[in-house]
Amino acid sequence: MAKKEYAFYPGCSSQKGASASNYLVSVESMCQTLDIKMTEIPDWNCCGASISYAEAGELPRHVMNARNFALAEQNLPERDIVATCAACWLGARESKERLEHSNVLLADTNTALKEAGLNLKVIPEVRHMVEVLIEDLGYAELASHVKKPLEGMKIAGYVGCQTNRPFGIAGESFENPMYLDKLIESVGAEATKYDQKVTCCGGALAFSEPDKAQAQIKDIIEAAYDSGAEMLVTPCPLCQANTEVYQGQINKKYGTKFNLPVLYYSQLMVLAYGGSAKDAGLNGQVIRARKLEEFAGK
Amino acid sequence: MSDMNQQMAAKYQGNFLKEIEEQAETGEWVKMCMQCGVCSGSCPTNFHPGWEHPPQEIFMMIRAGKREEVLSSQSMWMCVSCYNCYVRCPRKVPITHIMHGIAEYAYRIGRAPKNQPTLHLSQTFWNNATKTGRVNEVQLTQTLYFKDGIASGIKKAMAMQDVALGLVKAGRLNLMEAIGGGHKCKDIKGIHAMLAKAKELEAQRKGRAA
Repeated sequence: MAKKEYAFYPGCSSQKGASASNYLVSVESMCQTLDIKMTEIPDWNCCGASISYAEAGELPRHVMNARNFALAEQNLPERDIVATCAACWLGARESKERLEHSNVLLADTNTALKEAGLNLKVIPEVRHMVEVLIEDLGYAELASHVKKPLEGMKIAGYVGCQTNRPFGIAGESFENPMYLDKLIESVGAEATKYDQKVTCCGGALAFSEPDKAQAQIKDIIEAAYDSGAEMLVTPCPLCQANTEVYQGQINKKYGTKFNLPVLYYSQLMVLAYGGSAKDAGLNGQVIRARKLEEFAGK
Repeated sequence: MSDMNQQMAAKYQGNFLKEIEEQAETGEWVKMCMQCGVCSGSCPTNFHPGWEHPPQEIFMMIRAGKREEVLSSQSMWMCVSCYNCYVRCPRKVPITHIMHGIAEYAYRIGRAPKNQPTLHLSQTFWNNATKTGRVNEVQLTQTLYFKDGIASGIKKAMAMQDVALGLVKAGRLNLMEAIGGGHKCKDIKGIHAMLAKAKELEAQRKGRAA
């Protein structure tokens, strides 16, 4: 039996062929090493993300998350829900909080859920993957599996917004959370210090307000380079995509020469645990992480 | 839609604060603002040029009854949901949610700015996600690029082709989604029925039923 078991909420972007599919590949491999069993919530749906607020309104958004809660409760009772995506985690936790604080909202939610043949009684705990790593396993346990430390690598931990605010990771500050730096150090790399660790990448508005969002991204990448970082590491699929895929556009607009690989924390862990480039999903990088590819091949 | 606007204006008879408290999600917090401006200083710098009014000014305008100016403002639509204002507010005002709430209400009664790109994104995202229960990223992108017609869409797609090609090569853009392939929920029918009911209940609760 696995050491830890959870109800897994992978989220839309992590599915095969989607924008964060390499995240899922590395999480699966990481969980195997750490003996964590993640069972997908059957027929889970989209959380609505933050950006749906205008079209969705209040109740429909909470109902979407409530459907996942009810499916988890029904099929995987007494397990915490674990999301890998920052937006899924935030959306679900926000709905949990609202539903637990309003009987009116909960009653309306159950009326709507009935149409899908579901009913919600107890809302499971909703946690992010990094919470499981830090709180249920701990840094020492994470470090104990390292076979190949990422020695000498300089990495900027880009925490961004939604794993940090408004809920955040217990015991961390909003202004300078240290958990990602500690994760980087637990696999033997060096976490560089820079002042854009919790700056917003523009989020979904990278689509609707590209110039403003790309200016945000430019500030982040620039500061990471200035700190001597060779790559950026993040816990959020949207942070990852935004800071990686727009570097070319930013270079055209600003005359910069950005080419900074952007990884997930889970990819670093897989490599340090002795996994291959494929296990770590390195073939999913738009900006190739050549230094890590070489490292994996050694 | 403008009927809904008139109906609401008549219902609240110039008491715009009460209107926002009852109609905008978490709007009951507006009166807690003490005008310190920490929210404005916390908002992502590069989005400031899009403001007509910083957040604390929006709150004061609500109390001053400036209904038209607030509802038609671009300001709320600049919110990137970074929650920096939210965690820093000394009065614990849930500013991010209020911004979303005012924007949603303005849209619902037909007073949101015309051709607001983030409103269009919100509509597109929600309709895309709820069609099959999960986001179809390819169709989402297509709808966003081609919102102003074919010529403009092709131009945007061309400008973005390096980004798209990079993602395809990395296995992170599934072109089968363009023709309806990819991932979806099994109980799409149940999801649609559930959402229709939720929408109906919300309209009833807020007195916005057609």
